[in-house]
Amino acid sequence: MITFESVTKRYPGGTVAVDQLDLEAPTGKTTVLVGPSGCGKTTSLRMINRMIEPTSGRVLIDGADTSAVSPARLRRGIGYVIQHSGLLPHRTVVDNIATVPLLLGVDRRTARARSLELLERVGLPQEMAKRYPAQLSGGQQQRVGVARALAADPPVMLMDEPFSAVDPVVREQLQNEFLRLQSDLGKTIVFVTHDIDEAVKLGDQIAVMRVGGTLAQVAGPSELLARPVDAFVAGFVGRDRGYRALGFTTVPSSVPVEREETVRLGESLTTARDRLAHGWVLVVDAEDRPQGWLSEHSVRSARDDLVTPDALNLGGTLATVRGSLRELLDAALSSPSGRGVVTDGQGHLLGTISPAAAVRLIEEHGSTAADAAGRGETA
Amino acid sequence: MNAAAGGGPPGVVEYVTSHHAEILSWLWSHTWLSVVPVLIGLVVSLPLGYLAARHRWVYPPLVTVGGLLYTIPSLALFVVMPSILGTRILDPVNVVVALSVYTVALLARVVADALGAVPEDVAQAATAMGYTSPQRLLKVDLPLAVPVITAGLRVAVVANVSLVAIAGTIGVPELGQLFTNGFQLSSDGPYYPPIVVGVVLCVALALVLDLVVVVVDRALTPWLRKGART
Repeated sequence: MITFESVTKRYPGGTVAVDQLDLEAPTGKTTVLVGPSGCGKTTSLRMINRMIEPTSGRVLIDGADTSAVSPARLRRGIGYVIQHSGLLPHRTVVDNIATVPLLLGVDRRTARARSLELLERVGLPQEMAKRYPAQLSGGQQQRVGVARALAADPPVMLMDEPFSAVDPVVREQLQNEFLRLQSDLGKTIVFVTHDIDEAVKLGDQIAVMRVGGTLAQVAGPSELLARPVDAFVAGFVGRDRGYRALGFTTVPSSVPVEREETVRLGESLTTARDRLAHGWVLVVDAEDRPQGWLSEHSVRSARDDLVTPDALNLGGTLATVRGSLRELLDAALSSPSGRGVVTDGQGHLLGTISPAAAVRLIEEHGSTAADAAGRGETA
Repeated sequence: MNAAAGGGPPGVVEYVTSHHAEILSWLWSHTWLSVVPVLIGLVVSLPLGYLAARHRWVYPPLVTVGGLLYTIPSLALFVVMPSILGTRILDPVNVVVALSVYTVALLARVVADALGAVPEDVAQAATAMGYTSPQRLLKVDLPLAVPVITAGLRVAVVANVSLVAIAGTIGVPELGQLFTNGFQLSSDGPYYPPIVVGVVLCVALALVLDLVVVVVDRALTPWLRKGART
């Protein structure tokens, strides 16, 4: 557990970056510090590993005052990941990852073996071990940065906007892998971001900070979306928070789907025409996995005799029974046919659901924002 | 010196054949007089540059003093050295010390700039990993400063080859002697062979020393040539 006890950082000019911060980051959980620029979130983070020294107050890790150990020793026990990876350009990937173990006096061979393990753990092939950072893409560099932070197996990790400098697709991959890694490792993480969506996705606990370095609210993600304490937090968590709160409720296995007539890829267009319902027919592959929708118009105007992938409308998203109500509603709303496609966990078609039925389900399962808040983080 | 045997005065080939022992010894002393001050200068510049990179107030005076030192004519410095150092006028130590001063004037600033140019996120990350200040200097900042420092070294070493030649005019035995000789032998009209030999050897020496610095630089910075993503 990381504890801030009335921590204040005041700069010589009189600017107060962090003002009387009291906060606990529980062991094994991810605590996200989020807020607009100038709210002191990065300053707070850096006071944990003494990159910045507090003007007053104490920071404790598992009850021990961080100012009692030398900064270098303290830092070797804390993983640190930053926005632009900060890898050492003159060291190969494997040596970059081995940085902290080598500083701790682990012998080179053991440190390198551990590096290779970690490389795999963060999803990079071992061939990358001998490369230099400049030979990697931004996303790969961030993965190496995460591997480096994990190398000495520190109980505490600090992450300062680690995913904000990569493109949205890579960012989502990295976020998902972060969740996977964290569910395996259970580190005590403090994560700084200015992106409330990222905070809600990754955080077990979210601390919203306001300019001037004070805490506005500390809460679990669903409670934060459902019950922002004041206008500032409400404004910061954004407009579609009711919709986003649906992300915390799982689609029940009893989801009332309608049977949907389908046609397989490679079947004749005549069959497809016979199975059209309200102008659309769902196309699946040989294993009953949804591939896309075929419209009446494309059935009639197609030059081929068979159902081919290039005639499909791919506009709709898919929902799964293990996914969230948010995905279910999105599938219903985004489907060109107005019928949201629902699959089982393996991607096989279960049936479809209309937006109206999805909304009814949301009502029945008490997934309005207020109820989600009532159930707290377990929802 | 050697009167022409028959026909005109001796050409370049004859000059080299008859003076090769002297020329070789001058080439050797020219080489070490050029190299040793660069090494001494580098050793002195590293801590000075580090101080200037670390404490901002040191940087402006360092640059100013360095610039002023470089404006002192080298000949004057060679002549003044004995009274400062208590050495004899022809002692090569005078040349070594004077050129070391020039090298420091040039390199201290380069070292400061090179250490100051280490990317902020790299420096921050290294500190956050738990490097102590001396460790960070030796294992992160200095290795990353190598390309800039070697660029400065190349200038310093080539400049020194040319500055050493000037010491020939006060009689220090090195390749500069060839120019003095050429001048002395030109009393009955221009006599070029020693001058040509001197220029060619100085240029060749500068090229070789420059190449040595480049090779050292390449050996120390393998990461720079693997920059392209594959």
